[in-house]
Amino acid sequence: MKLGHEFVKGLWESNPVFRLVLGMCPTLAVTTSAENGIGMGLATTFVLVNSNLIVSLLRNVIPRRVRIPSFIVVIASFVTIVDLVMAGYFYQLHKALGIFIPLIVVNCIILGRAEAFASKNPVAASLADGLGMGVGFTLSLFVLGSIREIFGSGTLLGFSLFGASFSPVIALVLPPGAFITLGVLLGLMNRISRERQV
Amino acid sequence: MKEILRLALVLTAICVVAAAALAQIYKVTAGPIAHQKRMEMLRAIEAVLPAHDNEPDRDTYASETQGDEARTFYIGRQGSEVTGSAFRVSDKDGYGGSIEAIVGVDPAGAVSGVRILDHRETPGLGNKIAKPWFLDRIVFKDPETKKVRRTLENTDWRVKKDGGEIDQITGATISPRSLVRAVSSGLQDFGDNREQILAAAPPSKDDGTTGQRSAP
Repeated sequence: MKLGHEFVKGLWESNPVFRLVLGMCPTLAVTTSAENGIGMGLATTFVLVNSNLIVSLLRNVIPRRVRIPSFIVVIASFVTIVDLVMAGYFYQLHKALGIFIPLIVVNCIILGRAEAFASKNPVAASLADGLGMGVGFTLSLFVLGSIREIFGSGTLLGFSLFGASFSPVIALVLPPGAFITLGVLLGLMNRISRERQV
Repeated sequence: MKEILRLALVLTAICVVAAAALAQIYKVTAGPIAHQKRMEMLRAIEAVLPAHDNEPDRDTYASETQGDEARTFYIGRQGSEVTGSAFRVSDKDGYGGSIEAIVGVDPAGAVSGVRILDHRETPGLGNKIAKPWFLDRIVFKDPETKKVRRTLENTDWRVKKDGGEIDQITGATISPRSLVRAVSSGLQDFGDNREQILAAAPPSKDDGTTGQRSAP
């Protein structure tokens, strides 16, 4: 029951993108297509789950005063692993995401969960938290990427949707489109949660 | 004092373990990464080179430095006969930065194919230079009939707006202009080195490393 809650909260109640508004750099930069969104989300999820696991395991070993450098070393190691594995086995995706893979290190969701949750909670709960946050992040990026891809290039996951006569709203795949789409989605989510409370 | 020692010890231990794990992962992935990079280059070469049965990325000729930079020519062969060559071209004055492409030619110097490798042109306008229908304009004298291929000699390598004969794109002249400049300077270079490229010895069979290799 409690583990279930740690997982589910990342999906809606404290969704990292739409509720906590964390990790905006990858959120805005790589969501030009649904595939990029999923790729970025899964890479981040992998780092999040593993760093939560290690930080939780070591939470009684790491002295408080060096906890931040310790967390960063752990996180950076997993990011490097993702970077190398993707370059070796998912080369096209790795090229599309480019610099934003190494930049997962400074995604504040990850350090945030390590500091706020994993360093204070047992292993199972930390895993559930990391997984929930990661899946929530992935879904958010997928939604954002899908909207921008559908309207900005007329495709979804690379498949053409509207035929040749469709003229795409190019602005949506450009940087301003990221802000506009995110803003609209944020507004929608706020409205939905407010109506739920009433 | 003791406290500081403990902090240093813990942090050191974490870093050592992390470094060891990363070294291991690096060893495992180094092979696949090198393979992927090579396949990417090969795919690009395959796309523009006329029919061949060798490994063009291991059969190369580097031009003598003329002016600024040496250019690597990848040579396609069928048996021992040279069927064409592919080479990278680039121009730094695209609309959004430099445009990188790869061009293939047959032994006579007629363009057999062009692919864009990298560009930062505006989506929806300049980025159309990467579309097949635009690249056809660079390969063929008449993209409708696709009969006569362009060579350095039979074409005025400028966009129509500049008095040449290659159609630019509506709303984007700078990107095609930059690409055309890149391709024509590459063709020029091929022309200057044609004799040597056609005469270059193929790498010996047993050892893929003897041919000249381009810098990574």
